[in-house]
Amino acid sequence: MSWEDGLAATTRRRFGQRERHDFLVFLALAAPNILLIVAFTYRPVLNNIYFSTLDWTLGAATAVQVGFGNYVEFFTSSDFTQVATVTAVFTAATVGGSMVLGLLVALALHRRMPGSGFARAAVFSPYVLSGVGVGLVWLFIFDPVIGVLAGLLRMIGLPSPQWFNDPSLALAMVIIVYIWKNVGYAAVIYLAGLQAIPQDLREAIALDGAGPWRTFRSLVLPLLSPTTFFLLITSVLSSLQAFDIIRIMTPLGTGTTTLIYEAYLQAFGGYNRAGYSATVSTVLFALLVVLTLVQVLVLERRVHYR
Amino acid sequence: MTTTVVQPPAPPTAPVAHPLAPRNLVAAAVSAYIPLVLAVALVALPLLWMLLSSFKTPSELITTDVRLFPSSLAPDNYVAAAEKVPFLRLFLNSTIVTVVGAAIKVALAICTAYALVFVRFPAKNLIFAGILATLMVPPQVSLLPNYLLVSGLGGADTYWGIILPGLGTGFGTFLLRQHFMTLPMSILEAAEIDGAGHWRRLVNIVVPISAPSIATVALVSIVFEWNDYLWPLVIVSNPEMMTLPVGLTLLVNSESGADAYGLLMAGSVAVIVPVLIVFTALQRYIIAGLTQGAVKD
Repeated sequence: MSWEDGLAATTRRRFGQRERHDFLVFLALAAPNILLIVAFTYRPVLNNIYFSTLDWTLGAATAVQVGFGNYVEFFTSSDFTQVATVTAVFTAATVGGSMVLGLLVALALHRRMPGSGFARAAVFSPYVLSGVGVGLVWLFIFDPVIGVLAGLLRMIGLPSPQWFNDPSLALAMVIIVYIWKNVGYAAVIYLAGLQAIPQDLREAIALDGAGPWRTFRSLVLPLLSPTTFFLLITSVLSSLQAFDIIRIMTPLGTGTTTLIYEAYLQAFGGYNRAGYSATVSTVLFALLVVLTLVQVLVLERRVHYR
Repeated sequence: MTTTVVQPPAPPTAPVAHPLAPRNLVAAAVSAYIPLVLAVALVALPLLWMLLSSFKTPSELITTDVRLFPSSLAPDNYVAAAEKVPFLRLFLNSTIVTVVGAAIKVALAICTAYALVFVRFPAKNLIFAGILATLMVPPQVSLLPNYLLVSGLGGADTYWGIILPGLGTGFGTFLLRQHFMTLPMSILEAAEIDGAGHWRRLVNIVVPISAPSIATVALVSIVFEWNDYLWPLVIVSNPEMMTLPVGLTLLVNSESGADAYGLLMAGSVAVIVPVLIVFTALQRYIIAGLTQGAVKD
């Protein structure tokens, strides 16, 4: 064996030791987090899919395999039309409302002037507050008898709408509160998009004689379209997961049973239908996965074109 | 809207006023500030209403006249709420869950992100993708299986039962990994040559120079843990172990009638104001953390 072979063997051994060392360091650092994620995120998703094939009462020791029975029941029940409609209306209204209002607020914030930094933080602040606390505050404001909104309406001679009893008004109420809580997020994201538009483009189009409206329509809005797309997807994802406000403002879910609230009510709202609830959760999960894939694919394309 | 402004005697024939003419300045200020003032008022007034109402007596609450200010600042509603639910205990529970949960989460995120960026390991990108994918799994989907597992292990009505399932962090790992990748490798290589092992490099170099990013992750985790509702609602049924949002639900259920609003507003103040204070002091980090990923690409 030449000395070169010996050296190579030593290097290889030392290299192998270092790799083994790195391997162990990686496991020591990353394994706890990965194990927690596997145990409490991946395992439940698979578990849920299995549960969704069972006719099973929460707390019962035995369950009956029903295959796709729960899915058939869910998609053919009269509840499905109700849940799908409520989910669609809630999602469309909250996403549309917070994006349009968010863009308007962002345009107002974009003019740099004293106080606009404070206004940006103030408008964002409801986004970080407890949905339960926010829901209670608005429950008091909306109260048809002693609420401040009813008081203001009375001053101009109008009766208060029956927010708590009428199912469609209850839905309108949670939509308004959800938009109030989330509009600041859309505003801050849109503001970042506005600030990324180069000033020289604005000057160029102004030289062409474009007024504010034409500048907005043919320059600002098109350049904001990646931001709009991002916001659209993320807002739909979070609206589909809205729970706190709906739960605290409408405990019975009259008029406000979105997919997620239906999944909660079926398992924990007194029915104890674990298998059926898992079915609704799985449908919701599938919806979220599809939306995320759309986002990833479209963003991927944009990166390639750049 | 500018008709009330007294005009200097400018010739009426002038087609366009000078950009800095008083009339234009006032118009600009008004048109720029009105939307801002309106937006801030819409956010602030409900919260102010909550704070003021939490001091009102039942007779001041059950009135059809709109009255802004309470007659006294006596904390009667807070005392009454504490008689219905263990208010201080709820506050303590929320604080414990938030501090312990957020601290562990941040530690896990730092370690995982360091391993992903600086330690050699096969298929690291695949592992990262697997961690990132958890961002699209809402906690609601894992609710039922996690409830069965944790309550089966005896975690119902315990702190660890509330904290454990939320500890694995995709968000924090993602945010810190993105930041660690921007750190200059030369510093770490120099430390390695000096004989510093991974642990020393992590603790003495990476963590100190990443303090702002770590603060961001910590603040977002704190806000999230404090507000978390669905999981504690399901896993806790003993009032002594409830967090504030869950305890408020109990308060809503046990109180009916119009005078309950005073108690409920006191409860809302307890859950909202601490976050509002933290947010006011550190809003830059919190907003940056919560809008991360959106602004970058």
